[in-house]
Amino acid sequence: MVTLGDYLFVSGLLFTLGFAGVLLRRNLIIIFMSLELMLNAANLSLVAFSRFRTNSLGQPNYDGQVFVFFIITVAAAEVAVGLAIIVALYRARRTTHVEDINSLKF
Amino acid sequence: MSPFFFWTASALMLVFGAAVIINRNPVASALSLVVSFLGLAALFMSLDAFFLGIIQVLVYAGAVMVLFLFIIMLLDLRAEERRRINFVAFAGGAAVAVIFFGQLYLVIGHLHQAKLPFAPLAPMQVDDVHRIGLLLFGSYNLPFQIIGVLILVATIGVIVLSKRELH
Repeated sequence: MVTLGDYLFVSGLLFTLGFAGVLLRRNLIIIFMSLELMLNAANLSLVAFSRFRTNSLGQPNYDGQVFVFFIITVAAAEVAVGLAIIVALYRARRTTHVEDINSLKF
Repeated sequence: MSPFFFWTASALMLVFGAAVIINRNPVASALSLVVSFLGLAALFMSLDAFFLGIIQVLVYAGAVMVLFLFIIMLLDLRAEERRRINFVAFAGGAAVAVIFFGQLYLVIGHLHQAKLPFAPLAPMQVDDVHRIGLLLFGSYNLPFQIIGVLILVATIGVIVLSKRELH
């Protein structure tokens, strides 16, 4: 029997993986992928809550799924802008390594 | 939803999620991310969120990952050379992540709803795309339009950012 807690546990583990990636890795692209992992971990717990809170008619609460839809849209826009910033940064500094980017003004 | 299916999809998602942050080669990381998102889409399906599962595969495994791979190829990133790791910073980061997960685990353990199984669903009269669509154009119409403006702004922003400056 799979419970709500199992889904929350798996989602928390995925979020921790993304969090560890942001803290430990030094490559901008990998940090960006870790951000995506964290967003998707949040999505998983939202969908689990949406399925858990069934109404009296036996339907899941679709508000959570609409929220996930919005998060996916914003994440897609964020990826596009973020990658454009990384490309602009690479043009200016020839690196994607965060430790090489240590001054505020080029 | 069968426990076997749930744990298989979770293991797929978590193992390849770990591979994303362990791999030194960015291309391998991006491909691991695709597999991880496919596992996540399977978990969405197991929660009867079929529309979101499809969207997850289309948007993430399709569009976003192609964008990531395109940028990696464009920048011609190789596997990182080994650098001297700052061990204090590394241990600190790992400790923060572990403490975070421990706290999350305790909170989930204290949540008494977390031990309840999911209530069975009534057989669906209309599919979930229909219901989500009704909500999007009904109660969530204003956020939906704001999202449209956001995407427009993002598109223009990306064009401005990637345009070469004329000197």
